[in-house]
Amino acid sequence: MTMKTIAIIGAGPAGMEASGSLARLGYHVVLIEKEATVGGHLKNLFQLFPDRRPGKEILTHLVQTIKHPGIQIKVNSEVSEVQKLDNSFALKINEETMNADAVLVTTGFDLYDATEKEEYGYGIYPNVITSADLEQMFHNGKVVTEEGKTPKRVAFIHCVGSRDEKAGNNYCSKVCCVTAVKQAIEIKELLPETEVFCYYMDIRMFGPYYEELYREAQEKWGVMFIRGKLSEASQNMDGSILMKAEDTLAGKPLRMNTDLMVLMAGMVPSASSKKVAQQFKMEEGQNRFFKSADNHYRYNESQQMGVFIAGACVAPMNITDTIANARAAAVKIDEYLKN
Amino acid sequence: MQPNYFDPFVLPFTLSMFALLTFLVFKYGSWIYRFGASDRKKVFKGFFSRNSWLAMKEIFMEGLLHRKIFKTNRRLGYMHMSLAFGWFLLIVVGAIEAHTFAKGSSPFYFPIFFRFFVPGTHESFFSDGFTQLMDLLLLFVLSGLFLAVLKRFKSVWVGQTKTSRKKPIDRVVLTSLWLIFPLRLLAESFTSGIHHSGGFLTGSLGTFFGVFLPINQLAYPAWWAYSLALGFFFIGLPFTRYMHIPTEMVLIFFRNWGIKLGVDNPVLMEVEINSCPKCGICIDTCQLSSMAGIHNTQSVYFIQKLRYHEDYNQVAESCLMCGRCEAVCPVAIDLNSIRLMHRADVSATREENFGFIPVQTRTADVIYFAGCMTHLTPTIKNSMVKILNASGDKYWFFDKEQGACCGRPLKLAGQLEAARELVERNRQMMMESGARMLVASCPICYKTFAEDYHLGMEVLHHSQYLERLMANKQISVEKLEVSAVYHDPCELGRGSGIYESPRAVVQNVAKLKSSVYQKENALCCGGSIAHLTLPLEKKKQIARETLRLLTVEHPQVIATGCPLCKKSFTGESGTKIMDIAELVAKALVAKPVREAAKQQKEPVYL
Repeated sequence: MTMKTIAIIGAGPAGMEASGSLARLGYHVVLIEKEATVGGHLKNLFQLFPDRRPGKEILTHLVQTIKHPGIQIKVNSEVSEVQKLDNSFALKINEETMNADAVLVTTGFDLYDATEKEEYGYGIYPNVITSADLEQMFHNGKVVTEEGKTPKRVAFIHCVGSRDEKAGNNYCSKVCCVTAVKQAIEIKELLPETEVFCYYMDIRMFGPYYEELYREAQEKWGVMFIRGKLSEASQNMDGSILMKAEDTLAGKPLRMNTDLMVLMAGMVPSASSKKVAQQFKMEEGQNRFFKSADNHYRYNESQQMGVFIAGACVAPMNITDTIANARAAAVKIDEYLKN
Repeated sequence: MQPNYFDPFVLPFTLSMFALLTFLVFKYGSWIYRFGASDRKKVFKGFFSRNSWLAMKEIFMEGLLHRKIFKTNRRLGYMHMSLAFGWFLLIVVGAIEAHTFAKGSSPFYFPIFFRFFVPGTHESFFSDGFTQLMDLLLLFVLSGLFLAVLKRFKSVWVGQTKTSRKKPIDRVVLTSLWLIFPLRLLAESFTSGIHHSGGFLTGSLGTFFGVFLPINQLAYPAWWAYSLALGFFFIGLPFTRYMHIPTEMVLIFFRNWGIKLGVDNPVLMEVEINSCPKCGICIDTCQLSSMAGIHNTQSVYFIQKLRYHEDYNQVAESCLMCGRCEAVCPVAIDLNSIRLMHRADVSATREENFGFIPVQTRTADVIYFAGCMTHLTPTIKNSMVKILNASGDKYWFFDKEQGACCGRPLKLAGQLEAARELVERNRQMMMESGARMLVASCPICYKTFAEDYHLGMEVLHHSQYLERLMANKQISVEKLEVSAVYHDPCELGRGSGIYESPRAVVQNVAKLKSSVYQKENALCCGGSIAHLTLPLEKKKQIARETLRLLTVEHPQVIATGCPLCKKSFTGESGTKIMDIAELVAKALVAKPVREAAKQQKEPVYL
């Protein structure tokens, strides 16, 4: 029996973990990544919630995983053409054609484009940034305003582009709440004098030890949580941001100045997912993420025979769940190829 | 001695006509009686004035020739014209013919049944000519009737994809109306056949029918049938849409005498409701119908609900208030205002307290009011601030930090009292500033400032202000290398009649492309704040379809003058959406004119 080949599209945490598992099961894996390096969004994460483990540590571990003779890594590569054969797929990658007995799609997510919510001023006012921008500041070890000053006040805005009918995204992106809590604590650690506010609709602490982190943020670090959505933002003469919001617990409109405003941009299906969906004729759910063949029993199978899905291209997911999900997909692929 | 011109068959027509006239006299009399004192005065003053002539001219142009429907569709216009104007001429020419023959008095039904009483050829002035002319007119009416029948089966042919649904009584009366003219044709043809008279139509048909039909026996019943059809029609008229025929004329007189609907004239509203012919032209033009699949809320149905006292609450709310129906309504019924009046009914009045808005005034020459939607699209606001700074005008940014709402959203929701209170608060601050001009970025605010505030200062939309700044050389711009199509916002275009200023502005800074859907025919972006219950998905559906129609010429930019339009389009559009203020700010030449002037002056002071 010849060795069976699995093409994995997207070398983020899901693609990397699944590659390792499948290679160890004895398959030949071709891991395809459109960027120059592997790691996906994980590369940008300074620390992970809730245990504040450096993102780099996980990335290093995953890079070790894919150092396996059975894994062929193709960076700067994209699938340009797909042809469905009887029991396999012919994929065209960088003008070469390969045959895959199964395909695992791990194309992940894109960050919601916060400029779409013009009223929040991202891309208009320099001191309005996204959580990803802030993560980058943590990487650089320095949180400063556009003017180079230490912010005396930082405000986090939850649910930017998530749970937002007008943005076209009714779903919850899950990870933003706890990310905001984590980042709020990081700010307080870095700048103890700085006031930190979180504007939220609901606080959703879905994972183990997340609630504890939320409590720590309030009790230990004095982070202020205000239930209410931001309505609009404008810029003051000194570059600081004037926020208008409603405190829905107090039932009052409020205005607040902040030196830095952080938008917790949600997850949307990635542009690559859209492309792959067309190439493999895969179905999208109402939320535009990939649709599983069955939400309970066949979560990692797409509607297309031989095409599997894992990670944040299926639904918003944290790193822990993504890794577990990738391994689950590997088992399913193994079963599929054995029968 | 006059011959006895009487036969029992004239009774259905004659009695029903009397009944109708009596009804109308009472109905119209009661309207005038119920008018407010000032409107009643206008009626009596207007009656003998020149305006009555203008009204008659308008009745002729719109009520008979249907000029406005011709603009919508030529076939549809011809259909209405041939029925209305043709019938009118039949009556007038018939009356002249009958009176010429009778040389004096005759019963008033005499002209209607002239051919029955004077069946043969006769020697009176121009008698042959009259006979041929009457035949021609009848043919003219019949051609319109043919189109009307066709329209019932295939409305697309006369330019309507949808025609209004009719009530059963409408159908009965419609049938009797349709029967009038063919029955007249038959009656006259049979009579002409017997007496070898008649014109090119009735004469030839009479001879033709005579070949195979017992026309001697058929003629009399045919006249009975003709009279009965007329009788049915006149008796049914007050209960159906045909009430519009007499009422529209009355409405035109009232309007020309200066009676206005506003939002508080229930009597004129009743006149307008009774003037609706249910032609259904408002159905096709409604984007809720053509783009969002909502088919029960169009103005024709709303008016119908009001007229027959049905539950209108849901329908009153379900409207974009874009004014597209008003723009094409052949009777020019104030459809938006009527809807607004009925929103005031359905929305409960609440005690509003605007005490949280601080009253503070600054002195300035120009007040700039961005409006809430502009605050939600800060690029527009920033552009205006940049332009205002360059203009050299001493301005006060009224709602920079905590200004109040202009009041129009409350008004559109029917909260008239709360709106008034808010308006009064803002007005006071504006008046105390001593400004000579108010500039608004949002057409919704602009309309309310212009109409409800009575500020005694100039009120401009920023498109007019920008046009003026460029004309006065207060700012200088450099034309950008982009093509733009201009989207007319409802409240600015149809709502306020401002079409040219924004176009002039765009032309100064970009290459202006035209669109079929512009000016009066502009589409609504779908984001209207006037619709209180439209689901977001439907709004987006309208936005997408509107964008598709706007971009057929592939402009690089869709320019508009309304922050709400920009907001509804953005996210749905592949083409960049920019407010005209953004375009101007981008095209602004950095060196303000004032700076240059200062530099020139400097040596003098040194």
